[in-house]
Amino acid sequence: MSIDTAPTRSTSRPASRPSAEDSPSHTRARRSRRSERWVIILLLAPTVLGMGIFTLLPIVGSLALAFFEWDLITAPEFAGLDNFIALGADATVRTAFLNTIVFVVVAVVLQLALAVFLAVMVQSRMPVWLRLFFRSTFFFPLVLSAASVSIFMRYMFNEQFGVVNWLLGTVGIAQVPWLTTSTGAAAVVIFVFVWQNFGFSFLILLGGIAAVPQELYEAAEIDGARGWKAFKNVTLPLISPSLLVASVTAMITALQVFDQPYVLTRGGPGDSTRSAVMVVFEAAFQRLEFGLASAAGLVLMALIMLITWIQFRLSRRFVFYQ
Amino acid sequence: MTTLPSTSEQAAPRAASESAPASPARRPPTRRRRRLRLPSPSRAAALLFMGLAALMVLGPVMWTLSTSLRAPAESFDLPPHFLPLSPDLTAYTEVFAQIDVIRLVTNSALVTALIAGGQMITAAMAGYVFARLPFRGSGLLFALVLATMMIPVQVTIVPVFMLIRGMGLADTLLALIIPAVPTAFGTFLMRQHFLNLPGDYAEAASLDGAGPWRIFFSVYLPLAAPGMAIVGILAFNYHWNEFFRPLVLTSSQENFTLPLGLVSLQGNLGTGSISVVLAGVILSMIPALIVFLFGQRYLREGLTAGAGK
Repeated sequence: MSIDTAPTRSTSRPASRPSAEDSPSHTRARRSRRSERWVIILLLAPTVLGMGIFTLLPIVGSLALAFFEWDLITAPEFAGLDNFIALGADATVRTAFLNTIVFVVVAVVLQLALAVFLAVMVQSRMPVWLRLFFRSTFFFPLVLSAASVSIFMRYMFNEQFGVVNWLLGTVGIAQVPWLTTSTGAAAVVIFVFVWQNFGFSFLILLGGIAAVPQELYEAAEIDGARGWKAFKNVTLPLISPSLLVASVTAMITALQVFDQPYVLTRGGPGDSTRSAVMVVFEAAFQRLEFGLASAAGLVLMALIMLITWIQFRLSRRFVFYQ
Repeated sequence: MTTLPSTSEQAAPRAASESAPASPARRPPTRRRRRLRLPSPSRAAALLFMGLAALMVLGPVMWTLSTSLRAPAESFDLPPHFLPLSPDLTAYTEVFAQIDVIRLVTNSALVTALIAGGQMITAAMAGYVFARLPFRGSGLLFALVLATMMIPVQVTIVPVFMLIRGMGLADTLLALIIPAVPTAFGTFLMRQHFLNLPGDYAEAASLDGAGPWRIFFSVYLPLAAPGMAIVGILAFNYHWNEFFRPLVLTSSQENFTLPLGLVSLQGNLGTGSISVVLAGVILSMIPALIVFLFGQRYLREGLTAGAGK
């Protein structure tokens, strides 16, 4: 980061002052320095003020709110740690956070495995148009809205008239109650999430694979390593930095999952697909328990930071930087 | 904050994939197309697997399109259609009759366009200062801006909702627009962009008597267009499809955005007439499809730009 110019400028100023005090070029320089300060202030103002008001202030507000009980109507009441205790005591909340963690593990593992597989396979010899077709196709779900995708997937996984069960029926599999059983609903939420997001991991890994020098494969081939062996011993260590990025971004996105379970199942059946963000949403905007909602949001943020930190810690052992 | 990627590093793989592998003799090794060589039986398996994956992606979209083109009464019929043969447009006229599609589209377009435009301008402004006009503490301030990227929307949504209420903007489109304009990621991208422009232009312009304002507006801002395009397309892609914030911050039908309107059309029990709801879904995909066809490169570049972080 280049903050070095400011100190240099201030140290050079006294030296040049005595001789250049009256010279017109110096006054112009000083005037332009003064107007430069205004340029800096005015150009930064929208972003810095906007973030101060709509991100930093709210995060401080959230921290404070978590220790109060407030429904917007009566006066806020200091509650100490009551909100956090209430979160821990609430079976629905516990289930939702547990669901989220299980969801993150399964969805991210599936998403990364699929993305690595496809990113490697798309490198094999094929006509250019075909490679472009595959790359565009895997990328395509990223431009759709999670809500729209969940809308049509909800019809597709309908037990009686859904196209998925019809397809399964053609190979003799009996109707699966996708959205009405806990495991079925969880499987659908995971599928829909991975369907939409694997393209992002795919893109990141594609960049990583493109940066692996061809010579290494040639050298590996001379040593008798091809296919799977070359992948395990050459590709995998060399793309490990991209894999870390793909995994961190996928986990952060997955921990915040909301649109898919909200549209597909509304968290049901029971609490089986309720996510942590759904808890925040329902506490705040359906039950008007703003303090509790803030506490739940903070727990979620702590969880996100913890998991990200763990990944970076673990990465020291597994990630190989060239 | 950790070291940030320079755009030149990101441009390298792209340059590599676009240049022909023709004459490897004197080319530096970074210029060649690299490939993991697979033996031919596994190449066939790889093609088959990729074909299957592509089918899994395109199948649901094709089903959605062709079902939206069936008469509403037939939309429950099995076997399903995957190819839009003998299209019937009743569902499309129906969706206009059942919900105020024009209102939803206008709302979504207005919100998305103003956020994208606002982000492009403010990110260019802030990114320029962080790249070209360093001041004491600017590094720290930039790190702080980047740090806000780690804070999820859901954690700040309760206080944001209260702020919006306090400002008297509850249940308005401005409630969606204003908080979304300041962008940490956009500022980061624009800073990268300005760092890659030569500093000589500023010197030359100031020798010609241009002040810092002129240097920004007449010299650097016009050169920032490609970076601003990335910021704008990313903002479009995110906010056109956004669901959570509109769900929280708007409450009356007339302020709904498209995704919200479609979810409410499908209803709690998912009983809305399939082909009518799907016609709405297809309509909502059209702008995204246009971005996909014409702005895919910008979008790819923007989405992976943070990847080196």
